[in-house]
Amino acid sequence: MPKLLSGAEIVFKALEDHNVEYVFGYPGGAVLPIYDELKNHKSIKHILARHEQGAGHAAEGYARSSGKPGVVLVTSGPGATNVVTALADAYMDSIPLVCISGQVPTHLIGTDAFQECDTTGITRPCTKYNWLVKDVNDLAKILHLAFEVATSGRPGPVLIDIPKDVQFKKGPYTINKTKVSKSLNGSKAKENISDKKIDQLIEMMKKSSRPIFYTGGGIINSGPKASKLLRELVALTGFPITSTLQGLGAFPGSDSQFLGMLGMHGTYEANNAMHDCDLMINIGARFDDRITGKLDEFSPNSKKVHIDIDPSSIGKNVKVDLSFVSDVDIFLTSLISRFKSKNKNFVDINKNKIDKWWDQINKWRKKDSLGFKNSNSVIKPQYAVQRLYELTKNKETYITTEVGQHQMWAAQHYKFDEPNRWMTSGGLGTMGFGLPAAIGVQLAHPGKLVVDIAGEASVLMTMQEMSTAIQYKLPIKIFILNNEYMGMVRQWQELLHDKNYSESYTAALPDFVKLAEAYGCVGIRATKPSELDEKIEEMISINRPVIFDCLVDKMENCYPMIPSGKPHNQMILGPEEDKEEVSAEGKILV
Amino acid sequence: MPKSKSAYSEPSKVSKPEHHIIVVWVDNEAGVLARVIGLFSGRGYNIESLAVAEVDKQKHLSRITIVSVGTPEVIQQIKLQLGKQICVHKVALFKRSDENILFRELALIKINSSKKNQEKVKKACKKYNSVILDKSKNSFVIQVTALRREIDKLVQTIRPYGLISISRTGAVAMTRGPEVFK
Repeated sequence: MPKLLSGAEIVFKALEDHNVEYVFGYPGGAVLPIYDELKNHKSIKHILARHEQGAGHAAEGYARSSGKPGVVLVTSGPGATNVVTALADAYMDSIPLVCISGQVPTHLIGTDAFQECDTTGITRPCTKYNWLVKDVNDLAKILHLAFEVATSGRPGPVLIDIPKDVQFKKGPYTINKTKVSKSLNGSKAKENISDKKIDQLIEMMKKSSRPIFYTGGGIINSGPKASKLLRELVALTGFPITSTLQGLGAFPGSDSQFLGMLGMHGTYEANNAMHDCDLMINIGARFDDRITGKLDEFSPNSKKVHIDIDPSSIGKNVKVDLSFVSDVDIFLTSLISRFKSKNKNFVDINKNKIDKWWDQINKWRKKDSLGFKNSNSVIKPQYAVQRLYELTKNKETYITTEVGQHQMWAAQHYKFDEPNRWMTSGGLGTMGFGLPAAIGVQLAHPGKLVVDIAGEASVLMTMQEMSTAIQYKLPIKIFILNNEYMGMVRQWQELLHDKNYSESYTAALPDFVKLAEAYGCVGIRATKPSELDEKIEEMISINRPVIFDCLVDKMENCYPMIPSGKPHNQMILGPEEDKEEVSAEGKILV
Repeated sequence: MPKSKSAYSEPSKVSKPEHHIIVVWVDNEAGVLARVIGLFSGRGYNIESLAVAEVDKQKHLSRITIVSVGTPEVIQQIKLQLGKQICVHKVALFKRSDENILFRELALIKINSSKKNQEKVKKACKKYNSVILDKSKNSFVIQVTALRREIDKLVQTIRPYGLISISRTGAVAMTRGPEVFK
């Protein structure tokens, strides 16, 4: 007969067995037994957030930058509903989170008890799986299963709802890790990668005269080895490569074969290459609508190959000619070894074949689609990101972002050479993600520089977490590109809603320098381009949290962009082009 | 600038929707039906009918039969999305036009009318394996099993003869011959 433990003890035993270092949470009535047990487990450190959403995003930051699952602990009712945004965010971007929520005692479930809500019902569509544990005898098994589900296959968030009486009750702790009994759950590639199929792909690669790699977050999720293999494959083939927002860093942003990010605010060369290619090899990306633009006209003349660990991603948005359900790491290992053994000196032999393609790409590059008119009097947001990059690129720097124009400028102008250095809310697009995420990143990487490139509107959504950063002495840097507008909303209103700036201006912003001081950290403000470098250097040198209020051009738009409903090869490069189109329309009216 | 005022693209061409039967074997655990059905409503898939019951007591296995209308792409997505769920053991997909598949729906019909009309109803129901389950002076409850469209037609025919209540199950399905879906 094994020793019986309380539900709360079982929770911590399981966390210990899964080598959990940090739990991000917020206490409340229905989780008090678990919080009571915390003192007995010194290897697990609890990080007290100021709002459960902050706890969730901090856990995401930890997971995204370390590759390990983030653990969240919240109470019932509002505790659980507050964490929903973070769960949905993690679900969209395939981030492993294990969320433990308290629930009212089992006998009160369904009676509208104080702080009761249907947590498993609410979180079912935004978790990979969730459980309501009604019997303490199932608790250990479910906890182990939860970690396995969160981290295997396509990673994602899971939630375990534990009623308060189950936390008190005694039950056995079993360590045998339950295996998910089925392969369909997208656990490590079960599909055997046949040599025949690999050869088919290699044949397509050899025949292609306009190839491109289109890579995404799946490579980052597959682990550092996958990024290494990708670099090897790209070097072996000499093909151009572009990446989604989520995949930045998997391939070095400063490499000459890299065309920059693709999609709605991607580079001219990346989008045109996607449109005109004859072979598209998608590794770990999901043909998201921000990437494809108008589906009917998406890369009309290419053969498409898709490698994804999730079988339901294949053929969901775009029909493909060849597909592999596989972990990127396993797939690339097979492809590279087969490719190398059969094609010695491929790059040299194939050079003639794709020379013209590279010429074309270089012509597109000459458009300098990320270019902008700099100014001596006002800080251009792009310039601010460029300076931040230049002054931090020689350090191991981790960047998080909020959501909006600043996020796109960061993706365009900050170059990532390593995976797990770029943490951004891509799928869900959660404003307020970056600040708490930076907290999680800093915990996972003590002593490293962590910067949240933020907008003033986004950052106010989770600003309360500065207090958390102070409490745990986490020297995160909040670099606010302050234009007083919800910039991306304003941009769409300017371009598509006749400059009716409905509710996109924040008329009463706080003084961010004073706000920093109120929190007990350091506030810095930059207003002129001439002082920017000096102030950024000051920010970097301070070993405390900093809020950097960078006042930027209020009306700057994020270019290039693919307007809605347009294919990749009809990008708008800048404001001049806009005006031309409008005036042409005007002429028709006259 | 384009006319569209949306940050999203316009819908592209869609292929023709078809009727499909989706059979799902699931662990009979708490919330499993909500999980499967929530996936349909959350992703905007259609459900025309639904039948579910435990089929293996020992293994706690339930069999869910769903009739759905969708384009081939959507139906394929439904299958893959269902397959990812941890509670789902296997998913079978059949076209309703598939000759190898048997379908049946069951209906209970309550009639309250004169003897003459009652006889008309009984006659109309006869070819659908009808069974009288309950009788009183002026009423009876009759059970029929048939295809959905046959029951639709039957109901139309007998409505004038005192039909006062009808209860129908969703379709259940099974393959012909000795094979079972693995």
